[in-house]
Amino acid sequence: MKKLSLWSVLCVAMIAWSSSAFSDTIKVGVLHSLSGTMAISETTLKDTVLMMIEEQNKAGGLLGKQLEAVVVDPASDWPLFAEKMRELIEVHKVDVIFGCWTSVSRKSVLPVVEELNGLLFYPVQYEGEESSKNVFYTGAAPNQQAIPAVDYLMDGGVERWVLAGTDYVYPRTTNKILEAYLKLKGVDEKDIMINYTPFGHSDWQTIVSDIKQFGSAGKKTAVVSTINGDANVPFYKELGNQGMSAEDIPVVAFSVGEEELSGIDTAPLVGHLAAWNYFQNAESEENDKFIEAWQAFIGNEDRVTNDPMEATYIGFKMWAQAVTTAGTTEVDKVRPAMYGLEIPNLTGGTAVMNTNHHLSKPVLIGEIQDDGQFEIVWSTDGEVKGDAWTDYLPESALIVSDWADPAINCGNYNTETKKCSGQNY
Amino acid sequence: MERPFIITIKMLSKFTLILLLSSLLTGFSLAEEINNDAEMSFSELVASLTTKKFDQKAIIIKKIRQTEHQRSLTILSKLLDGKVYYKKDDKLVVIADIENKKATITNASTGEPLGEIAKKKLKKVGINNKLRRTLNLSIAQLSLADTDATVRKSAAVEMFKNMDDETSIILKQRLTVEKNKHVISALQTAISINQLNSPIHEEKIESIKALSDSLYPEVRVALKDLEKKLSSKTQTPKSQELLHAIDASLKKIESSVGIYKQIENIFFGISLGSVLLLIAVGLAITFGVMGVINMAHGEMLMLGAYTTYIIQLLLPNHIEYSILISIPTAFVFTGLVGIGIERGVIRFLYGRPLETLLATFGISLILQQAVRTLISPQNRAVSTPDWMSGSLEINPALSLTYNRLYIIIFALIVLAGLMLLLNKSKFGLQVRAVTQNRSMAKAMGIRTDWVDAFTFGLGSGIAGIAGVALSQLTNVGPNLGQAYIIDSFMVVVFGGVGNLWGTLFGAMTLGIANKYLEPFTGAVLAKIVVLVIIILFIQKRPRGMFALKGRSADN
Repeated sequence: MKKLSLWSVLCVAMIAWSSSAFSDTIKVGVLHSLSGTMAISETTLKDTVLMMIEEQNKAGGLLGKQLEAVVVDPASDWPLFAEKMRELIEVHKVDVIFGCWTSVSRKSVLPVVEELNGLLFYPVQYEGEESSKNVFYTGAAPNQQAIPAVDYLMDGGVERWVLAGTDYVYPRTTNKILEAYLKLKGVDEKDIMINYTPFGHSDWQTIVSDIKQFGSAGKKTAVVSTINGDANVPFYKELGNQGMSAEDIPVVAFSVGEEELSGIDTAPLVGHLAAWNYFQNAESEENDKFIEAWQAFIGNEDRVTNDPMEATYIGFKMWAQAVTTAGTTEVDKVRPAMYGLEIPNLTGGTAVMNTNHHLSKPVLIGEIQDDGQFEIVWSTDGEVKGDAWTDYLPESALIVSDWADPAINCGNYNTETKKCSGQNY
Repeated sequence: MERPFIITIKMLSKFTLILLLSSLLTGFSLAEEINNDAEMSFSELVASLTTKKFDQKAIIIKKIRQTEHQRSLTILSKLLDGKVYYKKDDKLVVIADIENKKATITNASTGEPLGEIAKKKLKKVGINNKLRRTLNLSIAQLSLADTDATVRKSAAVEMFKNMDDETSIILKQRLTVEKNKHVISALQTAISINQLNSPIHEEKIESIKALSDSLYPEVRVALKDLEKKLSSKTQTPKSQELLHAIDASLKKIESSVGIYKQIENIFFGISLGSVLLLIAVGLAITFGVMGVINMAHGEMLMLGAYTTYIIQLLLPNHIEYSILISIPTAFVFTGLVGIGIERGVIRFLYGRPLETLLATFGISLILQQAVRTLISPQNRAVSTPDWMSGSLEINPALSLTYNRLYIIIFALIVLAGLMLLLNKSKFGLQVRAVTQNRSMAKAMGIRTDWVDAFTFGLGSGIAGIAGVALSQLTNVGPNLGQAYIIDSFMVVVFGGVGNLWGTLFGAMTLGIANKYLEPFTGAVLAKIVVLVIIILFIQKRPRGMFALKGRSADN
């Protein structure tokens, strides 16, 4: 152990020395797991950031300086995320950090990034109910994914709802919001079925049979699925085997994207839906360029792109532009320069950064095709503004977040008591 | 002054010509808004499929069906299969078979083969769920006269949701020529559903009664709709009579649906039980018979599942037989791995259960990481052969999924084979002799160390073939084994260590108990409740349900 710590001190010293030797670069920290359970998803985002840095450097860097990536590996270990965040800011003196995937890893780095006044870009859809001064959330909040998906199905005549999820925080929070929303829209309690299953659940016979029976009551039924990764394959397989097709009872999923579908036989899934802010199939010049650059960078023509990659792309472009406007990489000057920034997103519109640190983005609904891609069947008319605090839970409806308005300048301002709760995020 | 004027005129006329030409061209390739009354030929309709609007496509599909062109059915079913594309350059609609980024295309409206083209040059004619429904209905209408009786029947069933007088007349005409009794009954049901809305009271009553034998969910929906409609209006003696008839029919239907629901639940229980049996029976040998706490048992399942994946990779054109080939391959492969583990590690640790536990746990981690490094940390896709997908429809209220059905049969065959091997063969005799009294068996001239190795190999091999079965049910990934190791120990301990009948009993009891608890408690709680029951049970009978009796049991 002693030997190890000696080594790590040496390594850190070496890196610190080398970095001080080339201090005329701007440093970009990358905090994504490269090993452990989350490595599958997060490695892709690390590569995306590296690609963006390479492109930016080819275009002349920023403020006349070259960008330099500092990649660390928090190894899917939540407390380690906080330690690595501290290392990035204190030892490597990075100017910005792109990172985190799971909500628990984000919660773990929050105190550190706020204490050291860092700048984190978080690129994944999440359950909301948060807005930190030092974090920009470029993924979707619930009102940019779950609510529009339900609206879409409701327009299609769906009257009965199955909310199926894996038993942990994200599905439970999302389903709580959705249940409140459905009731607000006049859906009867009897027409909502909520079901939770353990992680990696593989015996779906009874549940699928129950859903089938629930769906044969004459009203059009849909399943809103917050089922986590692994359990999805046996779930969809059982749907197919019991003859429950997407035409009869569609399933709309919030955590199934192109990356998850690659390497799965998608034939039984055709027609089921997913809601995201980006699909690889989106038609725009920017998207074609992005896909081409990505496949060239990674050296594989079959690699897919997905929603968190677009969120990383938007975040990086915005940060680069804010730095250019501010003329410095200092966090306190870059942050105000972010508000109101407009960047063309990859689906053909513009993404705008709001003062609650969430983006305005379009919401798309896609249907799974047999080649593992999504056919976009619906999209919102314009961009939807990300809402940090949901309007459909009574305790959150009163809370707003605004970091630009001097009267508020807070991530959780209670409009009734006119007070900021004091908690930093 | 004059010259510029002439030029302008010339330019203008040129301009209008171009405008005219371009409008003609676009009019030809991309027809403008199509409405329901537009008269269009078959080839024009097919050409206009390039539109992006789904509601336009729906109209086109209906019109294609109405043309009754000989290629209508082909195009509609290819569209449903997602095989209809158009060329990006000239917008020609084609049917494409894609393999390795190359597409073999045929002209969609004429069927003329057009050779090969790069996939990149094609764009798919996308469809959504609404279109799929329209397509299914249109295809059903076109295939009522199909030569295959099952196709005709499913076409009739498809009609249930969209019955009107017009369709009813078509179906009545079909009924006069139809010979197959299943198709006749489906057609009659469809006609009865339509008659529910007939203005004649007697016809209504008659059809309500006729529908009381039908288990189709659409029938229940139609009856309930009528019930709702009637009870919202002012009551007359006639409507009272109708309501009574509906009530009687619904009761009759629901009581039989309830019975089938019970049968289905038992089937689910048995099928879960057979999965548990398969994963536990290998452990029943290594743990139950040999007494080795084998934490790497789950990884043997995983290796078996990966064998299926590799076999499918090697024989991409023989998915149908890949499972059958995988079974012996997985048995031999995981069996050899098992023998390797026994010879390399476990034989040094007999009699030291704690160290065996730790060592095998270490092996399980090594095997997982090996798979992550050598193959991929991501889950792999194992396709299900056609004969294993879908379900056996006994009646509209009860259908049994084929994959589960085959796994039940397979599990029982494996168990029977294993029992035969242990009880009737020379090797089985030696295994039993060694486990009952090692030194005496040695004295009789049995090479106990080889018997140990082969027994462990047998247990591992059976875990391997269980893995083949699991590959059809769940994700094939490095963590596959971990998900099942607890369950398999639970079954063996509950059923009684060292007894295969106990394993069968334990697996089936746990499976059925789980499925009966699930509707009341939910999947999460059902697992917990089962675990608690087992813990309490073990307190009462520490040796499980069927404990071995006699002197040998005390070792």
